[in-house]
Amino acid sequence: MLADAKIPEGYVRVFRRPDSMSDAPYTYCPGCHHGVIGRLVAEAIDELGIRGRTVGIAPVGCAVFLYRFYRCDFVQAAHGRACAVATGLKRANPDLIVFSYQGDGDLAAIGTAETVHAANRGENITVIFVNNQIYGMTGGEMAPTTLPGQRTVTTPEGRDVRATGYPLKISEMLAQLDGPAYITRQAVYDVRHVQMARRAILQAFRNQLEGKGFSMVEVVAACPTNLKVSPVDGNKWVTEQALRYFPLGDLKVRDR
Amino acid sequence: MRVLMRGNEAIAEAAIRAGCKCYFCYPITPQGELVEYMARHLPQQGGVFLQAESEVAAINMVYGASAAGVRTMTSSSSPGISLKMEGISYLAGSRLPAVIVNVMRGGPGLGNIAPAQGDYFQATKGGGHGDYRLIVLAPSTVQEAAELVMLAFDLSDHYRVPAMILADGMLGQMMEPVELPEPVDEGTILEKPWALTGAEGREPRVVLSFDLDPQGLKEMNLTLQRTYREIEAHEVRWEEVDTADAEILLVAYGTMGRIAKTVVRLARAEGIRAGLLRPISLWPFPYEPIRALAERIPVVLTVELSAGQMWEDVRLAVEGRAATPFYGELGGVVPTPKEILSEVKKHAR
Ligand SMILES: Cc1ncc(C[n+]2csc(CCOP(=O)(O)OP(=O)(O)O)c2C)c(N)n1
Ligand code: SF4
Repeated sequence: MLADAKIPEGYVRVFRRPDSMSDAPYTYCPGCHHGVIGRLVAEAIDELGIRGRTVGIAPVGCAVFLYRFYRCDFVQAAHGRACAVATGLKRANPDLIVFSYQGDGDLAAIGTAETVHAANRGENITVIFVNNQIYGMTGGEMAPTTLPGQRTVTTPEGRDVRATGYPLKISEMLAQLDGPAYITRQAVYDVRHVQMARRAILQAFRNQLEGKGFSMVEVVAACPTNLKVSPVDGNKWVTEQALRYFPLGDLKVRDR
Repeated sequence: MRVLMRGNEAIAEAAIRAGCKCYFCYPITPQGELVEYMARHLPQQGGVFLQAESEVAAINMVYGASAAGVRTMTSSSSPGISLKMEGISYLAGSRLPAVIVNVMRGGPGLGNIAPAQGDYFQATKGGGHGDYRLIVLAPSTVQEAAELVMLAFDLSDHYRVPAMILADGMLGQMMEPVELPEPVDEGTILEKPWALTGAEGREPRVVLSFDLDPQGLKEMNLTLQRTYREIEAHEVRWEEVDTADAEILLVAYGTMGRIAKTVVRLARAEGIRAGLLRPISLWPFPYEPIRALAERIPVVLTVELSAGQMWEDVRLAVEGRAATPFYGELGGVVPTPKEILSEVKKHAR
């Protein structure tokens, strides 16, 4: 394991796994943005010193093995139900720091109701929402966030908005509600944006510590495997295609 | 002290006394009073009452609260219970304790709000996906409802198997004097060394219901099956009325069990030696007690508010030892004792 690698004499370690991450190898494909986002979550947990009271919720989707990657308590939720499970956990024990980590199929299709209502209740939880415009785990089907014209295995001719609607802008929807404290959209395709996303995720956890309520960080991500492109072209897909429909920035910031 | 209460209210109060800390619901008739009672009383006792956006959300909130290690409950009626099935399967797979109350109504579909027993298969044979069982307890009086709720929490914690109270609209609405059970001493509630409380100073814990490796999932399933065998060995509950000299045995549960008691009395007044076996645990089902009675009683008449769902289990128990006629009502129609009595007369020698 990299974490255990010996440092040669005269060298100083400047980059290491966050404390709250385990040694388990990622199960993601090369170039997948899930990996970067998962690390940012761990960095936030480390920085706030909350590993020992954090409970994560793994979704159904490519992040289903999330619990392996952290040294935190974890529960795996049914497809789309993470925000309801988070509600139960947090209400049962408000001392816990509870976060869910969900894909776009999970959060914005099958789990739309659970997400909207947890947000509207202002549940004091943190939600990490990975919008990769596709169903990664099941083999590249259309997601609610799939772009118009985008080819997927269930839209072989490209998404026809007249038949299947438009990319669902769930963050914009949630930002209209009075309940949420913080709704932001970030990306991780380059270093600058990774740093911005890192700050946003940290803020979303800090809000929970301060009792501010529902905070969600959407990350516009790439699934190079199902786009059938290289990791580098996956990044390009995000900047050249996805961000046209999903512009970055804060959608709602409530300071109390 | 005995107090006059509706079945729904007694179930709610018993849950609070059992130490239920989190209750999640979605309104549906005929269990409205249960929801209302919890809304008024649970927060006062320091618990959490939350009206969810759907039964799907409610059962998943139960999943979260149970994972956090507290006693938790949800209640609904037939259509809402159907929606909870996914979550119940996850609870079973993750070995999370919880109490689920089904105050059954007429079905299928939207059905109606009259009392029925059409959810027997759903409750006792799975209902959700996968090889799992629920502990299913069927009260026939308000008193028994209160007692079985307390028991359901204990059994569910002990075996780490979700427990269901299978009542019906009649019992939910009925008012009866009830001696409420004493509140549990919180210190006596079973420790939960698997609960998610934060990994400070210990190894992280994980609650999940999956294993992609077939051998691993087989092991998980074998653990469940071993638990189910243990429950079958220790938790079968039933009541017998006048079975000692019976020439015809009625088998009925819940509200029908209660009506069948009257039928036994009426039959005896007319010189027919009727008896009753009333299953209290529907799973585990009292196969052995029924089998033993069928050795010497020639007719075993099943009476249900369904087209004969429990009847299948009765016939499995009897295995040809006796005649097994059936009498059922459908759609929320509740037969009178007289109607059942004429059925008894038809079959008694
Ligand atoms: C109730 C239910 N329906 C369908 C599935 C199958 N399924 C597994 S993952 C998935 C989609 C996941 O896509 P997304 O949430 O976008 O996450 P990603 O894999 O892209 O990270 C589906 C439909 C399931 N497990 N449960
Ligand atoms: S299929 Fe896509 S989302 Fe899933 S791990 Fe691979 S690249 Fe990531």
